[in-house]
Amino acid sequence: MALLDVKDLRVSFDTPDGEVHAVNGMTLSLDRGESLAIVGESGSGKTQLAFAILGLLARNGHATGSVRFDGTEILNLPEPKLNKIRANEISMIFQDPMTSLNPFMRVGDQMAEVLMLHHGTSKSKALSESAQMLDAVRIPDARSRLRMYPHEFSGGMRQRIMVAMSLLCRPKLLIADEPTTALDVTVQNQIMQLMADIQRDFDTALILITHDLAIVAGACARTLVMYGGQVMEMGRTDDLFEAPSHPYTLGLLKAVPRLDVPQETLETIPGDPPDLTQLPDGCPFSPRCPLAFEPCADRMPALEPFGEGRFRACHANREDLE
Amino acid sequence: MSDVLLEADNVSVTFDIQRPGAWPWTPPDKLQAVKQASIQLESGKTLGLVGESGSGKSTLARAIVGTVPISSGTVLWRGQDWSAASPAERRNHGRHVQMVFQDPLAALNPRMNVGEIVAEPLITHFPDLPKAKVREKVGAMMERVGLLPTLVNRYPHEFSGGQCQRIGIARALITEPELVICDEPVSALDVSVQAQVVNLLKGLQRDMGLTLMFIAHDLSVVRHISDRIAVMYLGRIVEIADAAEVIGNPCHPYTRALIASVPIPSPKAERARHRPVLQGELPSPLAPPSGCVFRTRCPIARDSCAAQVPEFELISGDHRVACPYHAEAGLARAE
Repeated sequence: MALLDVKDLRVSFDTPDGEVHAVNGMTLSLDRGESLAIVGESGSGKTQLAFAILGLLARNGHATGSVRFDGTEILNLPEPKLNKIRANEISMIFQDPMTSLNPFMRVGDQMAEVLMLHHGTSKSKALSESAQMLDAVRIPDARSRLRMYPHEFSGGMRQRIMVAMSLLCRPKLLIADEPTTALDVTVQNQIMQLMADIQRDFDTALILITHDLAIVAGACARTLVMYGGQVMEMGRTDDLFEAPSHPYTLGLLKAVPRLDVPQETLETIPGDPPDLTQLPDGCPFSPRCPLAFEPCADRMPALEPFGEGRFRACHANREDLE
Repeated sequence: MSDVLLEADNVSVTFDIQRPGAWPWTPPDKLQAVKQASIQLESGKTLGLVGESGSGKSTLARAIVGTVPISSGTVLWRGQDWSAASPAERRNHGRHVQMVFQDPLAALNPRMNVGEIVAEPLITHFPDLPKAKVREKVGAMMERVGLLPTLVNRYPHEFSGGQCQRIGIARALITEPELVICDEPVSALDVSVQAQVVNLLKGLQRDMGLTLMFIAHDLSVVRHISDRIAVMYLGRIVEIADAAEVIGNPCHPYTRALIASVPIPSPKAERARHRPVLQGELPSPLAPPSGCVFRTRCPIARDSCAAQVPEFELISGDHRVACPYHAEAGLARAE
């Protein structure tokens, strides 16, 4: 049985400008200990997908469909029941390490609070476990660091603290939302390496949300490409990079600036991410797609399996890509 | 050699830092943000400036613009020193030097509409320009950076990050400057939008004959736009050469580490690559290591590195590097 099973998940928000459709029928599953990358530009619904799974949607948002975690339905559960699952079973690392820690609390107190609240651990025991966890994410001199405040750490260090904090309750699933976007390349490299080690050592399933296909290559076994709140393609990371089967994936790949191969100019995907208040009837990518032809604007292609464990939603022939 | 637009010679920038809890009359600590940096900006070319956060890239850029006082060294604009000029003259000179900032939304006044934002430098520097002319210029500039001129009445929060950065670029170029300093202009953007902005800057440079200084922490982006690249670490320039030379033949171990940190979008190549991940973080600039400042994180550091400051050596053509063991650094890379 899959650890996480999402079926036809839809998320929409009521706003003064009309209904915003952030996620439109997402289906995905994740096994224990598996790693999955969800890739797409800003506004493709990646973060709202994660928020819906964890029940963190803003008050004007509503989710329909089904999210089964470990066999139980968790979508739209009441808050107290969700609180048991959050942190204990699923935890999340947010994008901005600067703002996701409480600036008024010592790092040790913030970390210990998690264990005291969720496991009823005593403070002294919680603090020592926190120190061990800081050690695991390779923060030197962990014990004395517990007494420091978040502003005394650099961005990379703060993100390490977030990773440590999210692992305190040994969750079965870790969702990392753009964990390295605000960081330097060198620190990004360190954090990605850390996430890979942690995933192996703690046998945690990982969902990595990012806009940068380049960092996915070394990090996740499977990759899902998302646009306009829908799955564009999905498959093993190796296969997907080897032979992308969707024009959007191809566009994202070509936009990555590379050092290992010469590039004359950077290719771009023309246009902007879709307006989520007025999605086209057909494929949301069709207005920007170089291969778009007549059915694309009217009819959304179904997500069809092909090859080994791969899925794609595109009307164009696979041979026409490239 | 084409003509030099701007030359910074041995520029140092020092900040006074008062220790927390110290008495007000105790002398402040000195933080050396930039130490003896020399760069030349050739007319119509791009200099890339790379390094981690805290390496002094932005401070050097600000020292060149004149918004941060220089503690020693000189900055010459077409051979002339502007630091001695009167405030009025300097303000007039500001028209030729403009900046594009990192956080596109934070750099725009949320209470001004796009038209006002883009027109402001024009009105400041050319107060006599008739309104119709201003409107015409703003419209043309918005079109040039890929924004619909009909959006002039919108406010910054109504735009995406990439569009905000285009507004920032339009504002910088409206006075037809000669030098534009881009301080991490694409770091906060999505990869696909990053490419759009880089291509836009390249096109504008070609059309308007701009000289660019492009600051970033990611070498892969910098290499796409730069003719020359300078690598900074803890306030010092550690390597400078033509872009292709820096990427193809990096000599300083720090440059090599930066190159190794750039992720490759290919799972096979990524696995095959032996990654010398740069461990740790920048040391405190208040107490920089003795000798070579990079030695605390350097994979080929030895005892002698602590004793003497490496010379900024010319190794070939116009490739300079501040590491006496650069030959070994090259060998290690070839393995």
